[in-house]
Amino acid sequence: MNPSNYVILATILFSLGALGVLVRRNAIIVFMCIELMLNAANLAFVAFARMNGNLDGQVVAFFVMVVAAAEVVVGLAIIVTIFRTRRSASIDEPSLLKF
Amino acid sequence: MTPEGVLFWICAVLAVAGALGLIISRKAVHSALWMALTMINLAIMYVANSAPFLGMVQVVVYTGAVMMLFLFVLMVVGVDSSDSLIETIRGQRWTGIVLAIALVALLIAGISAALAVAPDAGLATANELDGGNVPGLARLIFTSYLVPFEVTSALLITAAIGAMVLAHRERWTARLSQRDLSRRRFRSAGHPGNRPNPGVYARHNAVDTPALLPDGTPTLASIPAPVQARGDIRPVDHADMTDIDQVAITSEERS
Repeated sequence: MNPSNYVILATILFSLGALGVLVRRNAIIVFMCIELMLNAANLAFVAFARMNGNLDGQVVAFFVMVVAAAEVVVGLAIIVTIFRTRRSASIDEPSLLKF
Repeated sequence: MTPEGVLFWICAVLAVAGALGLIISRKAVHSALWMALTMINLAIMYVANSAPFLGMVQVVVYTGAVMMLFLFVLMVVGVDSSDSLIETIRGQRWTGIVLAIALVALLIAGISAALAVAPDAGLATANELDGGNVPGLARLIFTSYLVPFEVTSALLITAAIGAMVLAHRERWTARLSQRDLSRRRFRSAGHPGNRPNPGVYARHNAVDTPALLPDGTPTLASIPAPVQARGDIRPVDHADMTDIDQVAITSEERS
């Protein structure tokens, strides 16, 4: 099977993640959509590794996973902190930095 | 269709369905579960692309750790914090959908020429070079990617410390000691000691059974407030009381 199918699937998943970031307003769901975009990029990297016949793509995907894990930890801590002060996880609420 | 093609189409449909469910479901917990479905299907596709190590890491790290962390934070933030469906920007949803379709079209148009002539070298030789996928990845990580790998450790430590700093809450007042709590309890006009336990008579000892005062009247102080709010209070069964009296009398007669 042609591995470019995986790349096309990755673009679809990436766009769905971007759509979620655009339309959802719960901060945690927006965050999950960002994770979906990272996962789509990983799928593309794995498919590229297979196309080119070397493992570098898989190593890059591995690093993406590490960075994503670190990002999740810090991001969720920020969401919890915002929730504590504002009693809400909606991304429309924290507009304190606007003015 | 090759076996891999069948696998791809099943997993691709499930992964896209999971992504759609993530966007569409109103409750955040449902979104998280759809996301877990997508991630498991991606793991299967990694294994199909001769990346068994990444497939396992995907299941363990993403589906196992990250998604459970998400669910944990959802429990902290409040499970029923569903989105309001009122759009703050008019037409945001349709604009978003149009933009997402445009993004798919743009990306596929941009790479379709390259994808049409894409090679399919396969990883069989690359995996055999070091005797397997994991040794091959290990050689790459500890030789050509050594510096990024070391930088990753700094990143992880920074993330851990950042999470600790962000989640830390400063205590502004001293912690109440047992003495303070006891004093406060006696100052308040309420009930300083323990309340009576529910079900202090023999037939039932469930939480919805009120304790009886010495004169035989039930006391509501023995029923937990949530049970009272539901109205689940078992009425005192005076037939039971006579039974108990009978038992007491017969045991006295025996002795």
